Order: sequence, then structure tokens, then C-alpha cells
Amino acid sequence: MEYFQSIDWMTMLNCFIVGGILCVIGQILIDKTKLTPARILVIYVTVGAILGGIGIYQKLIDFAGCGATVPLTGFGANLAKGALEAVKEQGLLGAFIGGVKASAGGIAAAVFFGYIASLVAKPKIKKQ
Amino acid sequence: MKKLGKQTLQLDNSPSILNTASIVGPKEMNGPLAKYFDKCVEDEFWGEASWEKAESKFIKETVSTALGKADVSSQDIDYVFAGDLLNQCISSSFGIRDSNIPFFGLFGACSTFVEGLCLGSVFMDSGACKNILCATSSHFCSAEKQFRFPLELGNQRTPTSQWTVTGSGAAVLGKKDSGPYITHITPGMIVDLGIKDANNMGAAMAPAALSTLCAHFEDTGRNPDYYDAIITGDLGYLGKDILIDLAKTKGYDIASNYNDCGVLIFDKKKQDTHSGGSGCACVATVFSGYLYKMMLEGNIKKLLLIATGALTNSTTSQQGESIPGIAHAVSIEM
Repeated sequence: MEYFQSIDWMTMLNCFIVGGILCVIGQILIDKTKLTPARILVIYVTVGAILGGIGIYQKLIDFAGCGATVPLTGFGANLAKGALEAVKEQGLLGAFIGGVKASAGGIAAAVFFGYIASLVAKPKIKKQ
Repeated sequence: MKKLGKQTLQLDNSPSILNTASIVGPKEMNGPLAKYFDKCVEDEFWGEASWEKAESKFIKETVSTALGKADVSSQDIDYVFAGDLLNQCISSSFGIRDSNIPFFGLFGACSTFVEGLCLGSVFMDSGACKNILCATSSHFCSAEKQFRFPLELGNQRTPTSQWTVTGSGAAVLGKKDSGPYITHITPGMIVDLGIKDANNMGAAMAPAALSTLCAHFEDTGRNPDYYDAIITGDLGYLGKDILIDLAKTKGYDIASNYNDCGVLIFDKKKQDTHSGGSGCACVATVFSGYLYKMMLEGNIKKLLLIATGALTNSTTSQQGESIPGIAHAVSIEM
């Protein structure tokens, strides 16, 4: 019961709405433009990095939590954030080191779990 | 054999299509034509380790079914014309490597089946051959992997994209006193109007279908009413509508007796394939399964079969090249 009381329901709603809107934009891009999913993916990361770099994306993260960090734009923002912080500590070299350093957990986890999934799962034909 | 006009050959010793066979995959077995196919396979791997192996098995089994139905042994086949969508036509060469039949590997993208029928009929018309085998295959999963994105990526398909048919079709040509006979062939020219979207093949191929359709009518002096059915390979819903409109501008009204294999093979409402079927196996299975039986039953006496192909690969589409289309036609009559 205490656990449920501790949940911030407003943040959860914000998370749901912001994450959902980011996905809806992606869906519209697939349906209405000739962009391939791979290009949309790259656009999302790039836009996230730009918005993160100029400080706008952090406001979205404060508002929506995981709704802003989990989508690909969050990965881009994290790259930018890491790069900026590293520049402060290490100078210009940090721009090349910081981004990947800050995202290292996500990247390594993606490789690790992707590998595990490829061992136990087999891709199937699509239903539609 | 006589050349008519610019593109068409009229065959004097028209080969008869002795028999056909078709085997399809899980999506096709739930489609409206399921009962016409010889076999429906529920598992897209068909017990194999990869989709490529499965596709080779499709063509191998279809060829052996066709030979069995035509009551012709593989020693009595002079040449086989086969092709598919995978690089270097590996499905066909791997599927046919144990058969000991002289082999021509063809690539005409989704038009390959009719390209094979064209070449096979000319070999038959020469009088030197007893039997010719034509076969093609395609597989949804192997085609997505090669031409679009690997299925592991879980990408969504765009609204204009077509569904590559999983399966294989084969036809045995021979000499016989009864039809259906291949009477004319009209190989097509490459037509490229600059469509670049690899997910909109129907629009890219429709102008090629129009070119071959018009050439066939001009060369033979026939008109659309001559045929009981005019069937294109795999233009899908979009391409079908485009071709009807384009043909009208050239003065041919084909709306009443025209249809497309990519439209026929799936149920538009229930199966959500977006823009219909495609692939080398689309025209091959629909002809071998459905249209051939319609001809034997007398429902279609004169058929103009036009298979369309998009002559593209993943490198050219990544480099932003447009999609050259091609269409080959055969006139099949009882």
C-alpha cells in the first residue's frame, strides 16, 4: 500500500503522454513521408542531441521522466549532455569522449541483451 | 516462329503447358486462392535452419510436384529456366542443383516466371526439345532481409508496400494435342519514369506493364476484348489502378477483364497486406495454382499473362537511384 501511495501519478501521466506523442510523430513520419525507419531513427537521435545540447530536452525530462529518456531522442540528449560535461572537465577532447561515456551503460546493455535474445529467440514472419 | 511488329514472336509449334504445380507459405494459405495450390506450408522455415534454405526447398518440392503431375521424369526435361529474387539466384540454383537438368538461371525480378515461359517456349518452338521446365520462387522473410530491413529489426511496413509472396510455382512445357498453348510472347522493354520509393513498386512497374501491353496489341493486331482475362504479375492495388488509367489514355479499355495476381492472392480486408502481393512467386503461384485450372475448366480460354518486375537492388535504392520496371507478356490460349 505504501508503495502505491509513493507513486507520483502526475509524473506517470506526463510520462505516458510525452512518450506517446514522440511515438505518434514517428508513426506519422512512417505513414505520410517516404522516410525509411532507419532514417527516422537517426533523425530522432540527432534531434535529441540538438535539443539536449541547447538545454531544452532537460526540461522535457524534468516534466516527463522516462517518457522523455526512453525514446531515441533521450539517447541523443544523453550523448549531448555527456559531451558537454566532459568538455568542462577535459576540454575539447571531452566532446569526443563524453557522449559515449555517458551512454556506455545503454550501449553495452543493448549489445548484451541483443546477444542473449539472439541465442534464445528466432525471428518470425510478420502477421501483417 | 515469326516476328510480329517490334517485340512479339508468334510461335508456330506452340508448346502445351502439360501441367503446373504451386506450393505456398502461411500467409497465402489463409488467402482466397488457398484451395487451388498443391500444398500450403504452415511454417515459414519449412523445418530448415534459414529462410534461404526454406526458399530453396520450396522451389525443389514444387519442381518435383510439377514433374509428378505432368508424369514427366527429370531425365525427360531438356532444360530448366528458373529464377528468384535473392542475390545470384541462389534459391533456384540450390533448389535445382541435385536434379541433373541443364539449368538457366534467370533474373527478371518479379517478371522472371513469364521470362522463363518466353524463353522456354522459343526453345520448344525450335523443335529440338521434348520438355522444358520453368520455375520461380520468393520468400517474404528472405526478400525483406535482402531488399528492405531484416525482420529482427521489427520495422513497420509503409502503406504502399507490397507483401512478397512466400512460395514457388512451376510449369512443364511439352508437346501435346490439347492446350493450354503458349501462342505468342512479347518480351518487354525497360521503362523507368523516375519512381524512387522501394516501397511503391506498383507505381514503378505500371508504366512498364503499359508499354508491353500496348506493344502486344499493336504487334498482334489484337485488342483487349480478344482476351477473356488480362492478368498482370504483381502491380498490387495501386499499380492496378494506375495501369487501368494509363491504358485508357492509350485507347485501351481493360477495366472489365483485367486483374492482378498481387490483388487476387490475398484478402484485402482480412489480411492487411497494405498494397497486395508481389515477388517472383506471386505470378508463378497464381498462374500455376489458379489461372491454369481456370483454363482447364474452360472458364478462361484466352489469357494474356503479363509479369512485371522492378529491376532494382538494395544498393541502387540506398544510392537514391530510380526503379527501372520491366514487363514480359505471354499469350496462352486453349
